[in-house]
Amino acid sequence: MDEAVVWLTIFILSVFVGIEVISKVSSTLHTPLMSGANAIHGIILLGAVLVTGTTDSDVALVVGLVAIVLAAVNMVGGFVVTDRMLQMFVRKKKPAAPTNEGGAA
Amino acid sequence: MPTWVQLVYLACAVCFILALKGLSGPKTARAGNLVGAAAAVVAVIVPFIYLDLDHVPLIVAAIAVGTVGGVIGAQRVQMTQMPQMVALFNGVGGGAAALVALLELDEMIPHADDVSWFTLAATAFTILVGSISFAGSIITFAKLQELMTSRPVVFPGLPIVFGGAGIAAIVLGVLTVTGPSMTVGIVLALLGLLIGVLLVLPVGGADVPIVISLLNAFTGLTVAAGGYVLSNVVLLVAGTLVGSSGTFLTLLMAKAMGRSVTNILFGALKGGSTLGAGEASDRPVRSAGPEDVAILLGYADRVIIVPGYGLAVAQAQHTLRELVDVLGARGTQVDYAIHPVAGRMPGHMNVLLAEAQVPYEQLIEMDEINGDFKHTDVVLVVGANDVVNPAAKTTPGAPIYGMPILNADEAKQIVFMKRSMRPGFAGIENELLFDPKTTLLFGDAKDSLGKLLNAVKAL
Repeated sequence: MDEAVVWLTIFILSVFVGIEVISKVSSTLHTPLMSGANAIHGIILLGAVLVTGTTDSDVALVVGLVAIVLAAVNMVGGFVVTDRMLQMFVRKKKPAAPTNEGGAA
Repeated sequence: MPTWVQLVYLACAVCFILALKGLSGPKTARAGNLVGAAAAVVAVIVPFIYLDLDHVPLIVAAIAVGTVGGVIGAQRVQMTQMPQMVALFNGVGGGAAALVALLELDEMIPHADDVSWFTLAATAFTILVGSISFAGSIITFAKLQELMTSRPVVFPGLPIVFGGAGIAAIVLGVLTVTGPSMTVGIVLALLGLLIGVLLVLPVGGADVPIVISLLNAFTGLTVAAGGYVLSNVVLLVAGTLVGSSGTFLTLLMAKAMGRSVTNILFGALKGGSTLGAGEASDRPVRSAGPEDVAILLGYADRVIIVPGYGLAVAQAQHTLRELVDVLGARGTQVDYAIHPVAGRMPGHMNVLLAEAQVPYEQLIEMDEINGDFKHTDVVLVVGANDVVNPAAKTTPGAPIYGMPILNADEAKQIVFMKRSMRPGFAGIENELLFDPKTTLLFGDAKDSLGKLLNAVKAL
């Protein structure tokens, strides 16, 4: 099989997987999901490292390092901020619910 | 590439699928995010092991700088500023992808005859769309951070400039395939920046979250194309997953707001229906003091709270929760009605209220609570406006027409807590404010809620 077709196959299947895995998300989780997906594309950091680590031009090195900084901000910041958001959903189990025992009205 | 590396990359790709799957359920979301983070870290470490990379100290230093920057930003950001933070992170990711593609182009040019046209096309795509995503996200950030107006910005000739830039981008893309050169690549990147700015400028503030989601999907596709260029399966799979799920999420959000994506992007160009009047009205309204509102609330059997972005801006969610606790102790049944787009992004309000430790069971989604309003004594609208604006149902010309709203107008009494008569984020007047059933309590939400709390306690 032509190599390009192999890549195309992976691409097409990933499109469907991407839609399928999030199809049942509740609107409550839209914001963290967007933020988490945003962090995942920070994986461009890997690409930036590969390109920068194999270059022998000074200009390319500088550009590559800038790309690495930007990508690291995207990836690390994205995962940390998503975790911060999701932490707040976990705390909901605390018994802070108001009860009706006071009944002054 | 050694087999073990390919297998590790495959495992990472699977982890990203599991991460998205986890993120779409409340119980598994946090674990999902951590799985994704772990896979990303592993994937980045792998090339240091199997390749003999140059400039390792500089690369590690650059990663450290970005990591520190990202962590500080992520830790310091207020929950209310989350949408613009996501926009910013998305933008830098898109920018990084465009730079990576430019560097790849630079490497290809000496032996361009051996490179397939498809690879060159993917490179051009990454440069262009990465730049669009970068510039668009920065403008989005500026709009939400209120560094610039959040209203749609249009100027005469914008459609022509936009169309011209689009055609030029296609021409340059073709040139990159037929005769690649760095000049063409750099001009393509600059053109991408211009298109990104032009794309987001005409979008009104209320629609900006949809645009963030769309640009997020763009960056995902960019990363996927970059993965093809670098022959790296992790980038391809991760980028495609984000691209497709992001596109789907964008459509879900647009549906929740009753808008179409084309209308959001190009509505203002077609004749300015997203432009609201944006002016305060001087029609008479009924306003009252905290004591009067306290009596309304204190002797009600059923109260529904409609929280909005104004609540979050005033950081009043903790005071609100106290008030609800006191009312609950008096025997009043109180729930929060959460509109899907309350706050500035879908689900944003849930995050903000969870931060204030409001129990999850009290947060009721729109479809579930909408039937309850007619049996409700008092609806307390705190810092919200557009999500209860009946114009969405009654005025076909209104920018929010068709958006599902909370039926606050069906309740026996409505209390609006507002800073001023300024219209909401969508920039249109709310008829409900002038309804005879409506009472207004003017002031900063936190301040007013504090007074209200004391007044209820004193009953």
